Amino acid sequence: MTALLVVLGAAVGAPLRYLTDRFIQSRHDSVFPWGTMAVNVAGSFVLGLVVGLPASGPVTALVGTGFCGALTTYSTFSYETLRLTQEGFRFYAAANITASIVAGLGAGVLGLMIAQALTG
Amino acid sequence: MREPIDSDVDLHVPAERAELRPTPFPVLAAISAGGVLGALGRYGISVALPHPPGGFPWSTFLVNVSGCLLIGVLMVLVTEVWTAKLLRPFLGVGVLGGYTTFSTYVLDIHQAMIAGSADIALIYLAATLVGSVLAAWAGMTFTAWLVR
Repeated sequence: MTALLVVLGAAVGAPLRYLTDRFIQSRHDSVFPWGTMAVNVAGSFVLGLVVGLPASGPVTALVGTGFCGALTTYSTFSYETLRLTQEGFRFYAAANITASIVAGLGAGVLGLMIAQALTG
Repeated sequence: MREPIDSDVDLHVPAERAELRPTPFPVLAAISAGGVLGALGRYGISVALPHPPGGFPWSTFLVNVSGCLLIGVLMVLVTEVWTAKLLRPFLGVGVLGGYTTFSTYVLDIHQAMIAGSADIALIYLAATLVGSVLAAWAGMTFTAWLVR
């Protein structure tokens, strides 16, 4: 049952990551990976909300492990950072790491706080 | 051909602009199916390797570092060897994107913090970051050496 919920969440999360990345990357002409950062920060916020809610196994499997897990990505994040470094964009690589982690942590904690404040 | 910067979709690469056509349903289906397989793999590893509150989140660490090694291997292979159209969407965007996770990484750091293990939180933050970029580099370099 849990695995089925993970499947359903991931089936939506992975293509949504691709569509979001494509939508964002086609709207600016910079090598900075805004698209990946956007899905990672948004997914961290949603996971924060889920983790902050009173424990519910099925919701965590569907939205947390499945949807947020597949929406966010570490492989693209580190690959893009590596490629920026290799192409000589060292400042962008460092900014990508710093901004992704700071914004991701901030968004995750904000989600947690909102969920806990709402459910008291 | 040079490897692109964005492994998901790099619009500076002419062949990938074709993916901007209005109905990329085969691409989306390949990504969705791959994402399901990757997420199931990640879920299986998280069940097999649970960590106590405040402990080092080994499962997410191993998933992210191994996924980054594989994206390095894959990006050289899909650029140099296998140029089938749906391979990168399926394996790269789908399987590896669904397998690795940034959201769980972020929440793992926070959970270690609130469990009183700031040292574990910082070590995990840095080890995943350095390990993942090095793994992607090792995957790319080794595969490029093999195929060129």
